[in-house]
Amino acid sequence: MKYSITVTLKKDVLDPQGKVVENTLKNMGLNSLKSVRQGKYFEIEVEEKNEKVADKEVTQMCEKLLANLIIEDYKINKL
Amino acid sequence: MNSSVIVFPGSNCDRDIAVALERMQFKNKMVWHKDTTLPKSDLIVIPGGFSYGDYLRSGAIAGKSLIVSEIIKAANSGCLILGICNGFQILTETGLLKGTLLRNKNLKFISKDVNIKVINNETKFTSKYNSNQILKINIAHNEGNYFTKENHLEELNKENLIAFKYCDEKGVVNDRSNPNGALKNIAGIFNAKKNILGMMPHPERMIDKMISNTDGINLFSSLISK
Repeated sequence: MKYSITVTLKKDVLDPQGKVVENTLKNMGLNSLKSVRQGKYFEIEVEEKNEKVADKEVTQMCEKLLANLIIEDYKINKL
Repeated sequence: MNSSVIVFPGSNCDRDIAVALERMQFKNKMVWHKDTTLPKSDLIVIPGGFSYGDYLRSGAIAGKSLIVSEIIKAANSGCLILGICNGFQILTETGLLKGTLLRNKNLKFISKDVNIKVINNETKFTSKYNSNQILKINIAHNEGNYFTKENHLEELNKENLIAFKYCDEKGVVNDRSNPNGALKNIAGIFNAKKNILGMMPHPERMIDKMISNTDGINLFSSLISK
């Protein structure tokens, strides 16, 4: 099974990289821009055939390593 | 006293800290991250550097290495643990210290000597310093912007768990004397039992007048005389 995972900083955590990208886009004249938050993207493939077990394992991967839950949120999508 | 310095791929302050420890009469051993046992240690140091090239997050990969479960066991039985710079980042990733270190607010790698103030000098790490003593210590990091949850910040204040704060040469703690955006200018913290210290500044670089100053020495002399 294949999953995609995005990890982003929580709303109340300052994202200086996102801010710089936002300012640059605005400086380029892209005026409709409201805000930018930068994150990380992972594609993960697991051997497990049982969907529930696989889902659980991927959740563990996110919580134990891929995201730092103090500052980051994660979203899991099935591909 | 026996000390161990943990070495990861990408550690680059491991030799500096070993020199500092040996000069202060510690019997030091270097420990590779893949080792599964620790030598008998009164002090374990996680040195600065860029373990695993800072992949994923600073300290995230090193925080899951084999030796870490031994470090956690030692910490729980009261062994002193010192994490400097990347070592501080690793300690937060293992959960031994709460909070985390975000990218510097100005997005720049900062390498310079800064002033820090000793906030709590009643610990095994800081007893040879005076309370509110101002030190000049080098920092060299990209992710030193300490952040933690509101309730933990309250605990840090209430339990006197803040070790050092960034300040100016007169000791003023404010935004102007904050190099990296760290919450409340925090440069170093203890765990609740005060046997673990994580700090971004590098005391091991401040032990010799020839190359810098000697403001770091008292951290090691506090530890050796504990």
